[in-house]
Amino acid sequence: MDLNTKYTPQSWPQHAENSTLEGKNKFVGFWLFLGGETTLFASLFATYLALKNKGPEGMEFTTQELYQLPLVFIMTMLLLTSSLTSVYAMYHMKNYNFKAMQAWLMITVLLGAAFLGFEIYEFNHYVHEGFNYSQSAFSSSFFTLVGTHGLHVLIGLGWFILLMLRNSKRGLNLYNAPKYYIASLYWHFIDVVWVFIFTVVYLMGVAG
Amino acid sequence: MAHDVQNQMRTKTEFEYTRRRSADEMRGQVTTFAIMIFLTLIAFTAVYADFSPNLVVPIILLLAVIQVIMQLYYFMHMSHKGHENAKFFLFSGAFVAFLTVLTFVTIIWW
Amino acid sequence: MSSIAQKKGFGATLWDYLTTVDHKKIAILYLVTGGFFFIVGGIEAMLIRIQLAKPDNDFVSAGLYNEIITMHGTTMIFLAAMPLIFAFMNAVVPLQIGARDVAFPFLNSLGFWMFFFGGIFLNLSWFLGGAPDAGWTSYASLSLASPGHGIDFYALGLQISGGGTLIAGINFLVTIINMRAPGMTYMRMPLFTWSTFVASALILFAFPPLTVGLFLMIFDRMFDANFFDHTMGGNTVIWEHLFWIFGHPEVYILILPMFGVFSEIFATFSRKRLFGYSAMVFATVLIGFLGFMVWAHHMFTTGLGATANAIFAVATMAIAVPTGVKIFNWLLTMWGGSIKFTTAMLYAVAFIPMFVIGGVTGVMQASAPLDYQLHDSYFIVAHFHYVIVGGTVLGLLAGLHFYWPLMFNTMLDETLGKITFWLFLIGFNLTFFIQHFLGLLGMPRRVFTYGADQGWDLFNLISSFGAIFMAVAVTILLINIVKTIAQNKAVGRDPWGDGRTLEWAIPQPVPFYNFKQTPLVRGLDTFWIEKQEGNKEGMTYAEPVGDIHMPHNSFIPFVMAFGLFVGAFGALYNGEQAWAVPVLILGLLITFLSMGTRSLKDDLGYHIHKEDLMDKKGGKH
Repeated sequence: MDLNTKYTPQSWPQHAENSTLEGKNKFVGFWLFLGGETTLFASLFATYLALKNKGPEGMEFTTQELYQLPLVFIMTMLLLTSSLTSVYAMYHMKNYNFKAMQAWLMITVLLGAAFLGFEIYEFNHYVHEGFNYSQSAFSSSFFTLVGTHGLHVLIGLGWFILLMLRNSKRGLNLYNAPKYYIASLYWHFIDVVWVFIFTVVYLMGVAG
Repeated sequence: MAHDVQNQMRTKTEFEYTRRRSADEMRGQVTTFAIMIFLTLIAFTAVYADFSPNLVVPIILLLAVIQVIMQLYYFMHMSHKGHENAKFFLFSGAFVAFLTVLTFVTIIWW
Repeated sequence: MSSIAQKKGFGATLWDYLTTVDHKKIAILYLVTGGFFFIVGGIEAMLIRIQLAKPDNDFVSAGLYNEIITMHGTTMIFLAAMPLIFAFMNAVVPLQIGARDVAFPFLNSLGFWMFFFGGIFLNLSWFLGGAPDAGWTSYASLSLASPGHGIDFYALGLQISGGGTLIAGINFLVTIINMRAPGMTYMRMPLFTWSTFVASALILFAFPPLTVGLFLMIFDRMFDANFFDHTMGGNTVIWEHLFWIFGHPEVYILILPMFGVFSEIFATFSRKRLFGYSAMVFATVLIGFLGFMVWAHHMFTTGLGATANAIFAVATMAIAVPTGVKIFNWLLTMWGGSIKFTTAMLYAVAFIPMFVIGGVTGVMQASAPLDYQLHDSYFIVAHFHYVIVGGTVLGLLAGLHFYWPLMFNTMLDETLGKITFWLFLIGFNLTFFIQHFLGLLGMPRRVFTYGADQGWDLFNLISSFGAIFMAVAVTILLINIVKTIAQNKAVGRDPWGDGRTLEWAIPQPVPFYNFKQTPLVRGLDTFWIEKQEGNKEGMTYAEPVGDIHMPHNSFIPFVMAFGLFVGAFGALYNGEQAWAVPVLILGLLITFLSMGTRSLKDDLGYHIHKEDLMDKKGGKH
């Protein structure tokens, strides 16, 4: 593999993400990793469901009182949209349009950062109400589940930024195309987890 | 195992054809996105409307599953060729995940 | 790295091993480290048997005894058996499928160093205020109440080494999916590769629940969370579930690769094709699948309810079916074969009755009502030692003899090997068979002593007596290894004379790029096919000699794992020492900075040129 090969949109391979052996390995390996992540999040979801609304004698916090759906709705829209923008980025990667890809990724990162900002605000708000990490089994399991997702968002953002900075000068090649591709897979997976979080944690929490 | 890449230059027609195809696909992605937003709206509305939880909970869970499948199959391209391993391992993971969650809502004592 | 072989100094060799990404060298690292922990765990076992040799013994105190049994179990499972299995997987699987390395050589090295530092961290507990003492299962209600830092060492140490295991599992899966040589279809893969594949899939799905369980434990103990504390609304059964959702697949992770090793040995030394290959593959996959649906049989007495117990009991019994298929296939492989009783074959033959005993007692416990009687008694101890020692350890010893020539180009002494075998087998049965009866007589497990009037004296003495045999056997094995290394007599390619699969077709010592030309696989037991057709080279090639792409060595994995090791000390002393949080941050910083270095610095590897391959000694036949 030669980093200096110059491509045109026409000579750029249709499946740049797995046209090298390294790319193929990354691609399959990352999907397997996501399979493992599924069981990781399942364990956290299961723990949350088992400990939902459970606390010391006379605990006043319940899901119904605590959660604020408007905030969750905004966060959901931000993350869903960022999923679409990263699809746009990959579309431009396919077309060998590096500038457009970077631009769409930039938007993705901004949306993700906004999401994270809201999440920090939400956590901060809860803690100020007295619903802190060690308040009850419920609070521990809530913060661990949603916080682990937030940590994934943070890692995803760092990953995108690192990729964009590292390759800003040299453009696309077959060495970094798979890296971009799996980073975007990771981002979609974060969205998949969020769909279950807003449904199982927030909506089911409010609905009863 | 050859590590080098077979680089074939596509013909102009071929190139334009794949271009068009992928532009079509991108339009499909936007539709997918619109449907996902719509499903989310239904889920939130259902909860706001204050129907009985016995009705709302199954509905929003179903909507979540549909949305996730769209995310996986379209946004993550699992409907494309070459994702057999991805499917197998992701669904195996989902199966273990299902068992885990089922256990924790049924047999942990209370 | 130069391809020219030369005598290297100690420093250079050490540096080579610290930075290596070559699967064959990582295999040796796993073998040495795993072997070391095996000895440590063995010493702990001897201390247990000394303590229990006579009633009312005060050789160790009750508290220390708890630490010893906990560390014996934890060390043997996580730090001895798993890495030794990885040693064989690393040494054999890439060669068996015709690959030049694993899919992610860098991650392979990272996996090893994470295991290494996790293991060291766990064992440092002995010197830093006491080892964990809540049993290897570390049930939350007990471990939350454990004073001192023992449990913290357990949770953090296993977290680090568990991460390494997950990485290794994904690596082998991708290697087997993507890197098979042309013609090596799934149904032509040797059984060891198949069982590695299934075991790796189990690792992929079983280790994340353990990760979560350990994190919950870490948060509960070190960061004031309340997952398991029922006064704060927590639930201690959550730990049991998470632990066994991991723990039951774990025992299959331990045994399946050994099934693979035995399958290879049976076929090789019966000089016959493995009987019922496709049934074997199917049975392996089925065991892996069922392995995820039976974990609650470890929790029958928890009080999950009759329905849950019934479901898990039936599922558990179902596993006996594919296992039975395997047993019969091995027997039928030997049937009518021209059997050669090498040491490895002796282990394999002995494995069948030993494992069947363990399996049968397993089915007994699967019946939930009976389990109420047997639970937490020495019957259980006898059962799992029959499957783990009678299955996994016999497999590891068989594999050690069988694959030693492949890894080191020398051969372990067969006479000493057979002495080891007989001593070990006799000692093993003396030690553990009688424990079935101790259990039925009512002796509970994990007690540090018993009274003279309870009628358990003689059986315990016999059991301890048997342990001496095993200790002597392992000592002779060590002598054998030292002797073999000292003599250093090269044996060359296909030392058993009856190798059937690709790994034996490679010239010895195995060149660092494994295959000068990628082989073409023309059927099951491909080397056997070539030999039958009189092919002197042992391989048909799929490509002409060309440049070979190789990865660079790297020191980064070592640093990355070391960062986690440092950070773990910070987490451990959180809230106790002023320096705890800074150290935690420092450790994570080391890890993340080295990760950053890795991703920012391009590592495209290098090429060995065609011309160098042509006139290299290692490449000639």
